[in-house]
Amino acid sequence: MSQNDAALKARRREIRRDRFKKRMLGSADKRGLLMSVVIYVLLITIAFIYLYPILYMFSRSLMDRSDLLDASAKWLPSQITGKNYNDAILTLDYWNSLWKNLVLALIPTVCQVFICSMVGYGFARYNFPLKRFWMGVLILAFLLPTQVTSLPNYLTFSRLKLADGTVKPFLITALLGQGFKSVLCILIFYNFHRQTPQSLVEAAEIDGAGHFKAYWRIAVPLCTAAIVVVTLFSFVWYWNETTLVREYLGYGHTRAKGLTTLMIELQKFEDSYSVTFDARASSVTSTNKINDAIRMAGTMLAIAPLLVLYFVLQKQFVESVDRAGITGE
Amino acid sequence: MGNWLYEKVLPLLSNLPWVLLIGVCAGFVAALVYAIVRTVQKKTLRRSVRESLWGYFFIFPWVVGICIFFLSGVADSLLYSFYNLKLEGGLQLAPLTGTDELGNTVYAPFANYVAVFNKELNYPVTLANFAVSLVLQLPIIISFSLIIALMLNGKIKGRGVFRTIFFLPVIIATGPVMSKLTAQGVSSVPMVSQNTITSILAGMPEFIVTPITDLFSQLILILWNSGIQILIFLAGLQKVPSTLYEAAKIDGASGWETFWKITLPTLRSMILLNSIYTVVTLATGSTNPIIDLIYNATYAVTKGYSYGAAMTWMYTVIVAVLLLITFLLIREKKEKKSNAVWRRDVESARRGMQSGKVRKLLERGKHA
Repeated sequence: MSQNDAALKARRREIRRDRFKKRMLGSADKRGLLMSVVIYVLLITIAFIYLYPILYMFSRSLMDRSDLLDASAKWLPSQITGKNYNDAILTLDYWNSLWKNLVLALIPTVCQVFICSMVGYGFARYNFPLKRFWMGVLILAFLLPTQVTSLPNYLTFSRLKLADGTVKPFLITALLGQGFKSVLCILIFYNFHRQTPQSLVEAAEIDGAGHFKAYWRIAVPLCTAAIVVVTLFSFVWYWNETTLVREYLGYGHTRAKGLTTLMIELQKFEDSYSVTFDARASSVTSTNKINDAIRMAGTMLAIAPLLVLYFVLQKQFVESVDRAGITGE
Repeated sequence: MGNWLYEKVLPLLSNLPWVLLIGVCAGFVAALVYAIVRTVQKKTLRRSVRESLWGYFFIFPWVVGICIFFLSGVADSLLYSFYNLKLEGGLQLAPLTGTDELGNTVYAPFANYVAVFNKELNYPVTLANFAVSLVLQLPIIISFSLIIALMLNGKIKGRGVFRTIFFLPVIIATGPVMSKLTAQGVSSVPMVSQNTITSILAGMPEFIVTPITDLFSQLILILWNSGIQILIFLAGLQKVPSTLYEAAKIDGASGWETFWKITLPTLRSMILLNSIYTVVTLATGSTNPIIDLIYNATYAVTKGYSYGAAMTWMYTVIVAVLLLITFLLIREKKEKKSNAVWRRDVESARRGMQSGKVRKLLERGKHA
């Protein structure tokens, strides 16, 4: 009897150990607890690394001058101050620059999305003479550094008197499918349109729709995911580019005369700061010296519109990745 | 040689894109006229003609743009590298000359390229450094983004939140913001101090320690550069057919085996794409020291644009070689036999599953 009892107990312990082991290490169908912990720890760590610069920037931008020097206030400001943002807004001439930058980024983005979608569709759907040659040119344009074409293009612009501080050169290049990183946009659209079932488009054509109508009413609605991705990317590229933007605007232009972008203003931040504040109070320059907090506030302000856009489009963007097709085979 | 080049070849070069553009326009118009005439005559148009016309209709703006801005830019920049370009009072191109052994003045079209070799002492060093950092960074970026994509693809809670955070670099990691952050020293991981790493690696020789410490000091930048790569891998992972995994599970493959035998082989083309993308962005990005060097040379008084163009073209050739090496290393090799057999088995298992054959086989196994 007692022997039987002991055996039963041992068996029970064994089962319990098995169950524990299974829960920890997992089985073929389910991930074990241990593995889950490892994955979550990794994910959270890396997420922190990704967020760290932004958090750092944000907390710094709220710091007082005394906090910057105080080693104990490395993370959180002891006292939140909005003065840095005030100064940065004045230095960047923020609302004015923001408006100009929105014009400069939004209009070419819309054109770029429209044209690249058409070009991608043309390549994906039709066969025409020299197709392979043009595809080769497309790949070449992706691989060559922009420096190769930058001066000849600048010369072309100045010969045609296009680089005059307006949105014109951006508009023309975007409408001719030569916007910033347009090759990538075309490739994304190419892959999406290639996945659209041909039968759908052909059915529309049999029903009497023309080729363009079939594209506009069938193919475009089917690639909304690509449109979201390309819109977001193009906007970001137009927003962040500085070298090419300066070339397109013409080198002699300042924000007083023509258009500008926040990133260009950010590059000149230190100079504009001293100009803005020296002119106001030349006697108290010592207290008005630029510091990291103001710089960080300026950077924060410059990327704020991007962050807003990203969080607005975030859901569609993340989903569009799920729907696949940002890349081809 | 020089004479021939300057008189016959180079003048043609800058005209090529325009000839191409005019040719394509003429062809398009001719086909259009033909199509209109046929339609007016109420005759049917051949399908291939219709296809070509519509194809060119869709890509036409791009064709015009690429000829005006890209191809002519490329041709011009190649042309300038064989001349001495001056911008005073309009564009002036002077053929390059040199003296031969007898003291006669002769054309020397490659003088700019030779000068880069002779004058630019920083150039080879910077190039070598860039190549080393490329070799170090590429595997890290690729494997890191693959791991992240695998984790994000699995069943985890808060997937949307994680994805939102992980794609954040795509938005901010370009432009002057990054340089502002690097200047602040945000580019290294906060918890791991430089000294810890140095002390861990204390016993090792110099040439191993330096790249590794460099790597850690740049870690955030490297991770931040892998946003698009994660995106591409995630998209690729979505396309692996789930039936393959199910078949492997029936055959009793563990997760580890599944990764090596199904996930990785299917992702091979994505790895290639990602590597090429990474090499291109690292090579042409504005943080690249060589691009800096070229810019400085272009706007320096003594060197000028022709010199810069020569440097750019040499660099382009080097990047092309690097890309070719990457391509050859990662491209799809001829399938090994064992792999093929294994794939066939999976395929047949899948087919069997559909017809219930596997179930029958399993049942028979149980009875036996």
